[in-house]
This record gives sequence, C-alpha cells and structure tokens, in this order.
Amino acid sequence: MNPTDVPTQTRLDHLLGLADDALVAAQRLGEWVAAAPELEEDVALANIALDQLGAARLLLTYAGELEGAGRDEDALAYLRDDREFRNALLVELPNGDFAVTMAKLLFVSAYQLPLYTALTGCTDERLAAIAGKARKEVAYHLDHASLWTVRLGDGTEESHRRMQAAVDEIWPYTHELFTPDPAAPVDPAGLRDAFLAAVEPVLATATLDRPADGWAPSGGRSGLHTEHLSYLLAEMQVLHRAHPGARW
Amino acid sequence: MYGHDFPGPDDGPADGLLEQVEAAEVALRAAADRGRPGVADGPAADTDPQHYFTALIEADQKIEPRDWMPDAYRKTLIRQIAQHAHSEIIGMQPEGNWISRAPSLGRKAILLAKVQDEAGHGLYLYAAAETLGVTRDELVELLLTGRQKYSSIFNYPTLGWADVGAIGWLVDGAAIVNQVPLCRCSYGPYARAMIRVCKEESFHQRQGYEILHRLASGTPAQRAMAQDAVDRWWYPSLAMFGPPDTDSTHSQQSMAWKIKRFSNDDLRQRFVDMCVQQAGVLDLRLPDPDLRWNEQRQAYDYTQPDYAELMRVISGDGPCNRQRIDHRRRAHADGSWVREAAAAYTAKRQREDRPAVAA
Amino acid sequence: MSEDGGAMNGNRNGWPLWEVFVRPRRGLSHNHVGSLHAPDAELALHNARDVYTRRQEGVSIWVVPAQTITASSPDEKDAFFEPAADKVYRHPTFYEVPDGAAHL
Repeated sequence: MNPTDVPTQTRLDHLLGLADDALVAAQRLGEWVAAAPELEEDVALANIALDQLGAARLLLTYAGELEGAGRDEDALAYLRDDREFRNALLVELPNGDFAVTMAKLLFVSAYQLPLYTALTGCTDERLAAIAGKARKEVAYHLDHASLWTVRLGDGTEESHRRMQAAVDEIWPYTHELFTPDPAAPVDPAGLRDAFLAAVEPVLATATLDRPADGWAPSGGRSGLHTEHLSYLLAEMQVLHRAHPGARW
Repeated sequence: MYGHDFPGPDDGPADGLLEQVEAAEVALRAAADRGRPGVADGPAADTDPQHYFTALIEADQKIEPRDWMPDAYRKTLIRQIAQHAHSEIIGMQPEGNWISRAPSLGRKAILLAKVQDEAGHGLYLYAAAETLGVTRDELVELLLTGRQKYSSIFNYPTLGWADVGAIGWLVDGAAIVNQVPLCRCSYGPYARAMIRVCKEESFHQRQGYEILHRLASGTPAQRAMAQDAVDRWWYPSLAMFGPPDTDSTHSQQSMAWKIKRFSNDDLRQRFVDMCVQQAGVLDLRLPDPDLRWNEQRQAYDYTQPDYAELMRVISGDGPCNRQRIDHRRRAHADGSWVREAAAAYTAKRQREDRPAVAA
Repeated sequence: MSEDGGAMNGNRNGWPLWEVFVRPRRGLSHNHVGSLHAPDAELALHNARDVYTRRQEGVSIWVVPAQTITASSPDEKDAFFEPAADKVYRHPTFYEVPDGAAHL
C-alpha cells in the first residue's frame, strides 16, 4: 500500500509498534548487564541491547517527525504512558532466567528478521533504510539466540528442563506478533511462515518440543499491556519526568 | 603537563593522556626493534635466566609469558592484574545501576556501551593474567571468596544520575592517570592490554565530563545534583591512588621491576593538578577549602583523603562491599547451569565425533 | 592458586581458552588480537566478533583453541615450563591492532 494512502495516525501507530518493540526489548536486555552467565555473554547481550536501542531511536525520531508535533525521541520514549505504548506483549515480559531471555530473543528476532527484510522493499524510503540497517543486526541476534537455544536444550537435564519451560512460557505471546493488519507497510500475517521456518528447526535440533498453539494473549499494539509494562516504564522514565524540560 | 592542555569540554580532558598512551605504544615498538640484550651483554645473559631477566628489564625490553621470571615478579603481576580485572567487573555495577533510568536515550546508549567496555576490559585483563599461569576460574574464585581485592572506589553507592558523570570524570580520570604509566609496564601482555584499555577509557572520561558539564549548566536542581556528586566522589577518587608513599608496601620492588613507574603520591598530585583546571571549566567546586596553588612546588596543595576510611573500605566495611560481592556471587551462581550446559553440549558433540551444529 | 602450570590442563570447570585472529580487510593477513573463553568454536566466533571487532562488517575472524597451538620461541628463556616448552596455552597476548584497523 502506498504510504500516502494511509492516514498519518495509522502510519504513526505502525512506526511506534516497531520502535516500542525495539525500545522495550533494549530496556529488558539492559537489565542483564553485570549479571550474565559469563563475561563474554555480558558483552554479547549489551551489544544486542545497543542494536535494539539504536533501531528504536531511529524509528522514534522518524515517528516524531512524521507526527509533526515537535516530539523528539526522548519525548516519545519518556513522556508517553503505558497505554500509549504500541509494543507487543512479548518484549515487556520479565527476563526470567537465561533460558527465558534466550526464548524471547529467539522469537523476537525470528519475527523481526523477515519483517525488516520485507520493510527494506517498502515504498517508505526512510523506513526502508532503517530496516536495512536493523535487518543485519537482527540476523545476528537470531543466530546468537539459536546457538544458545540449541546448547541449553541439548545440554544438561537441568538446562533442557529450563529451556523447554521457557519456550512453553513464551510461545503463546508469539501469536500477537502475526495479527493481520492489511494497512501496515508489511502485513504481519504474512511473516508467520518465515518465523516458523526459522524457529522450528532450532527447537528440533535443541531436542525441544514445539508447543501447541492455543492461548494467544494480545493487546499490546492497541496499548493494552501486561502489568509488567508500567513498572518497566516507571523505572525508565522516573528521572526524566522528575525534571520537566531539562536537557541531559 | 597533565591535563593543562585541555582546551574545553568539547575536546575532553583526556587528550594529553591519550598522547602518552600513543607514546607508550611507539616506545613498545621501538624496544622491540632494538632487539634483545644478550650478545653485547656477555655470555652469562644467555645462560643464566636471572641475569637475562634483569638485562631485559634494564634494557626496557618486555618480559614475555614464556620467559623465566622471579616468582615474586609473577605473583606481584598476578595480584595486580587480577585486582585490576576484578575492578573492571565490579565497576560495572555502580554505573549499571543507572542504565535503566538514564534520562535520555542518547545517554542510555552511551552508558550501556561504557559498561560493556568495562566487561571487555575485564576480559582483556583476565586474559593477560592467564598468561602467567592462572585460569580465569581461579581468579574469579579468589574474588568471590574475598581473597583478592578490587578497587575500593566501587564500594561507594551511585545515588543520583550525576554520580555517573562524577565516576566518568573523577574515577575514570584517576584510573587513567594510574593506568597510563602501566602502558610502559615491563610485562608485555599487561602493557599491551593497558594500551588497548587506555585508548577506550578516554571515551569514558569524556562522557562523564560531558554529563557533568551539561548538568552544571542546566537547571538549579541539575546543578545541585552535579555538585553533590562531586562532593561525594572527590575524596574517594583521591584515595584510589592508594596509601601515601610512606605506607605503601609494594611500591619499591614494583618500581625496580618497572611494573610500576611512579609513586602513589606522584600520581595523586598529577591527578589533583589536572582536576583543578577541569573543575574550573565546569564551574563546580572541589570540596577542599585548602586547595591552593603552591608557587614553590609548582603544584596544588590539597587535603589528603581519609586513609583510615580507605583502610576500612578495603577491609570490607565500605557502604557497598557486601552488596557488590553478593551481586557478583549471585550472577556467577545463577550462570553456573548455563556454563555447564554449554560444556555438556560440547562434550556430547565431541563424543559423537562430529562438529557442533549451528542450528 | 595454581601458579605452577595448573593452567596447562585448561580450565577445570570453565570454558576453554581460544586465540582470536582478525583480518581487518582484504589484502591484509590475519593478526592475533587477543583471547577469550567459549564452550565451542561457534560461540567463540560469536564472542570474538562481539569483543574484538565490535561486529565491524567485512572482517574475517579465526578462532583457534589455545591448547592446539604448538610453539617455538628460543628467544624467550623458558626455564619454568620446560616440560611443555612447545605449548602456548598461557599465551593470550595483545599484539597491536592490525594496520588499517583503527576501530578494532
């Protein structure tokens, strides 16, 4: 669909969906700093957080310009309330143990990779350029999460149990990512095959059961979140909001 | 002169120091080009390891991992490099404390990158220590059981955002003043690691200085926040250089071995002289009423930090010692099943005699 | 603490040590840039990219298990580790960054 045919508010919501996924994912990954299982993994998780944060900033800046109301990336990140956030529920879920974090990363990156790949061909050139940069980064995230999912799934009894529990816990939240949206620059409904093609072989190699489809919580794209998000935002926004108008 | 070539906040305070890091790198290559002593040094140097070791040190050559070295030299280096590595790792916590609350996305990204660098520096340094015949596992164990120390400074809390700025400016600044001479340390792997670390650290100090500069020229509340942070971090930063030379137990031998190149008090003075000018540019006050230029010494007179407090903090009774080490122990314990899983996975693949699969 | 060659057998519980070599761009050779710990080759490559290249694109990375390197260094007076003088296990070093790789 030609972007000019879509109402600006709708385009804005789509951009915020992409941006908020990345921002909230970065915020969660940042919680791992100084707590990863090994030093090398501290460096890796921080890199992934930085990638997501970088993408979020580009998308929020673009969203602010498109809106034309003078809001920059910080106004959008720090001064919206949880009901105005458009991220999927999956990214706001707590980190849990390393297995839950890897399950979240596996599923998010297996969604973002075909999404950004498709967006590189969309008619919105600015968005296509951002997607082109983010796509390469997300391919790396998917690779990293896949390596770990396989090692945890096929490692020890304990790691297998934890990884299976993580996959089972997070799987229901993947459905929301593919909710049909014909007005979106790329309709998410068309991405699920690519997602499954990436994820199912990883789970199989990891000797993990692919969970059955069933419960499918959703609401994030329209601002109805889990209880977790407002805590995440309260922490993220507290200092910025305590000093209205200050520059940092 | 240290720091006095600093023209303003845009160029950052670390430029003069960076030049010295580069000079150390040039010197390292030059020493390598001069070749080893031995031939001109008489046959004894080629047969007697102790003589050879001394000749290398005197010729400003680097000692490399497979060289014979006195046990005490090896032990001193292991202790010092490990303590340095531990400091990087524990040092991630006080700043990591503000990643989630960084007041702008730009600041969040910079802080994340900075704390990530510290993990990288810890990693380089553990690797340098490993060349001396210990493993990272052993060193981590020594940290977690309190048998090896880390820098006392990280046992102070980060109570506000300005603390992130003060850590960058004062703590990283003091660390750089301490570390730049280590780029010329006689032990090759440590000298090379330090060159790499110092180059990356200059960005750290710069970001801290920039945070304070922004706060100091911001709202009254921001300015008060900045001054409060400088008030709390000034003396602990001075204490980072260690006890006064008269009380320092390791200094003499370390200087003879060219592990250490300047005394604690010399480096502390250098740091004070550098900071006075930089505080002026920030328009923030250093909390020392007796700070004044001494024409005769061509240096600032200043109030010494409370060394009794330093000793208390080193011995475990600082505000955050327990918290920091508990955090590290918990992260290590929580990660053990992950490390074991990866090792088990590799062992399975090796038993199956096929390469690990990507997925 | 083992300072008498305890590391010779690699880490008892931890992940093994890998040496990292990077070719910053075409036409240049791989140079040793440092070391790291990883459970296997693939994660070693991932970690090497993260730690030593900041994931700069276009670089070529080798990771080599430190234990598999055989060494000869007559210039170094190795009296201490004589029985295993051809090994470099404990040999992670920080050689200067390869030419033209300023951002490594």
